[in-house]
Amino acid sequence: MSLERKRRRILVVVTVLIAGGVMAYLATGNIGDNLVYYWSPTELKEAGDKAFGANVRLGGLVAPGSIERQADGMTMRFAVTDGEQQITVQSQAVPPAMFREGIGVVVEGTLDPSGHFRTERLLVKHDNEYRAPGEGEYRSMEEIMKSLQIEETTG
Amino acid sequence: MTSLVGQGLVLVGLLICAVGAPLAFAGGRARSAAALAWSRRLALAFAGAMLAANLVMEYALITHDFSVSYVASVGSRATPLHIAIVSLWSSLEGSILFWGLVLGGFTAAVAVLQRRGHDDYLGYTLGTLFAIGLFFSFLIAGPANPFRPTPLPIPLDGPGPNPLLQNHLLMIIHPPALYLGYVGMSVPFAMAVAALLRGQLGPTWLRPLRNWLIVPTSFLTLGIMLGGWWSYEVLGWGGYWAWDPVENASFLPWLTAIAALHSAVVMQRRGTLKAWTVILIMTTFLLTILGTFLTRSGVVNSVHSFTQSPIGPLFLGFLGVALVASVVLLALRVDTLVSEPSEDAIVAREGAFLLNNLILVTIMFTVLVGTLFPIIAEAVRGVKVSVGEPFYNRMSVPAFLGLLLLMGMGPALPWGRADRATVRRALLWPLPAAAVGTALAALLFGTNGYILVTGAIAGYALWVTFDQGLRPARSRARSGEALPRALSSSVKRSPRSIGAYLVHLGVVITFVAIAISANLQSSSEAVVAPGGVLEIDEYRLVFERAAAERQPHRAVQKATVRVERDGKLLGVLEPSLNQYPTMREPIITPAVRTGLGHDLYLTLMSVDPEGRAGLRAIVTPAVAWIWIGVFIMVAGTALCLVRPRTGLATAAVGAAQTATS
Repeated sequence: MSLERKRRRILVVVTVLIAGGVMAYLATGNIGDNLVYYWSPTELKEAGDKAFGANVRLGGLVAPGSIERQADGMTMRFAVTDGEQQITVQSQAVPPAMFREGIGVVVEGTLDPSGHFRTERLLVKHDNEYRAPGEGEYRSMEEIMKSLQIEETTG
Repeated sequence: MTSLVGQGLVLVGLLICAVGAPLAFAGGRARSAAALAWSRRLALAFAGAMLAANLVMEYALITHDFSVSYVASVGSRATPLHIAIVSLWSSLEGSILFWGLVLGGFTAAVAVLQRRGHDDYLGYTLGTLFAIGLFFSFLIAGPANPFRPTPLPIPLDGPGPNPLLQNHLLMIIHPPALYLGYVGMSVPFAMAVAALLRGQLGPTWLRPLRNWLIVPTSFLTLGIMLGGWWSYEVLGWGGYWAWDPVENASFLPWLTAIAALHSAVVMQRRGTLKAWTVILIMTTFLLTILGTFLTRSGVVNSVHSFTQSPIGPLFLGFLGVALVASVVLLALRVDTLVSEPSEDAIVAREGAFLLNNLILVTIMFTVLVGTLFPIIAEAVRGVKVSVGEPFYNRMSVPAFLGLLLLMGMGPALPWGRADRATVRRALLWPLPAAAVGTALAALLFGTNGYILVTGAIAGYALWVTFDQGLRPARSRARSGEALPRALSSSVKRSPRSIGAYLVHLGVVITFVAIAISANLQSSSEAVVAPGGVLEIDEYRLVFERAAAERQPHRAVQKATVRVERDGKLLGVLEPSLNQYPTMREPIITPAVRTGLGHDLYLTLMSVDPEGRAGLRAIVTPAVAWIWIGVFIMVAGTALCLVRPRTGLATAAVGAAQTATS
């Protein structure tokens, strides 16, 4: 390999490395703005001003007696609690089938300065992991059908 | 009894790998024909043992033999036969057993198909595959043993496989396709190791390598697409890709595999990029192991990581060993892979290939950072975070548009140095097609900036793809051949390049469909009483009633919804909530009306005690073209594997045909 060729090769390698570095920086430099935090109501309160505007997945239980449905049929208010702190959530989502008082939920959204947590994504919390239900969790088909029938007939 | 037979077969496989690995390496080093012949036989025996072990497990699954631990954990008497059969890959232990079968199949295929012309490398290649086989047979024999006897008393029935997997037929083919892609990447890796150990990269290495790289890449493409399609049809959120860690895990090796396929072309044509190609191939394999670790260890928070088990650390260990071995091997031997001197230019086809590689690796790096960031953040700072979609989109949207542009510019450019006028003509010639693309996009989809840009670049790339792909056929037609005949003989003579342009066509279709579907989705949701209406775009969805129905293995709560447009009844959609005894909450099962223009997607989210239904409707344009594009890509890769017929052979066949007629 002649000296001139070698120099050219080095030049190409260096250019590629710099281009790659710049692209990598552009690609990953904004990661901090795009994080979604998994917080409980206590952690959300502790975060203070930092919490406003951040993308948060708030997890906790729906506080008993806190569900209020607005007249428009879509908006709903309820409180999410972890036993210590409580956050009022305003949801625009159609609640999933299992949604009720006392159930675990994850709501994704942001806290606005008035202290309301606004969300359009409401999930009933469940294990990511699939497992066979333990003692007392395994429902028979009869029980499932019965629960569905009740929903049907009381309507 | 079944347990014993299965365990015995797995141990036989383990033993074969333990003997085969040193034998094949030593045989490769000594260039011993006898050792090589024995390595081949052992490769077939390994595949046989794995096939037999998988058949024993299938037998146990079909006959509901709950004395086998895996059957006790995923089997159920109420499960239909086809679901019982595919339960093999519905949970961790079974899928690792299936992995063993696929690895055995690939090892045997290398031994059988590379009988000639690859002898310099075959010993090392098989040795590496046996070494990988050793790890997986160890997993199947020990930590992830599916054949453990069930502790007494043996249950009379089981819970059945994960309901999410039972819920749709796509789940039958998505995992095998993905496994064929993932496991298949072991073969190019083994060949890269062989090249480094042998210290040379000749044509007898490169020619087989391309095919062994194309096959798993094609399966991986299909597997990823089927996963997206499954997620769209089953999970009920109306999308097909969410940059979920598990999706990313399958996407990472795909990116480097595509890069390697392209750099291998440069290596073949120009004799350069040898070390780079080897690095890409090794990275691809390491990323498949990383992906398996991420999805199987439970370290990432994902909707798909349905199995957690103690094998996570073992995978991490294996990844570490493979990584260190690869780096050491590269450091010691990479200088043996000297590039041939060549006059490479930047504004030339090889320059486009190089840029393509740079972009693909940058996307890979971004996705890798985004995927690993939450794990590192939790380990270092103890915070639970996930990386949002905008992080990925900001990088990948321009990057993929860049790739699309290169798909147009690269093939238009000549190899090597060319004079300015030629380059200018080659690059300006397709510009009218870009204008047509933009105009079409504006006409059909309005003034969405992303779609206009995609339309322009796609028009450019499509023009070049057709121009280049049809060039041999056109020149034949000009010399007097009938067009269909010119087309078929040009395909027969150069199936690889025409296959590659077919792949590009599929890529353009898929990219455009993704751009349209991601930008123009509309949705609408409401709680409706029976007789009520949900409106979306030009559709009126009339909710008639909700009803519950009992099936052997589940209860189905179904909403009947009439679909009307312009006062005409188009059909009925029945989205449902499926309840399985083993799940505490119902699975949302959407109903989809698929069309070539757009899909109407309807989910039933809840039924309240008053009989009102929570409905969500989504209209997504062009989504079907994503799947169509991928099928075209897969067809193109299949064409790439066809052996080209030389002019002489074609002439002989032609003569024979005339003689018989």
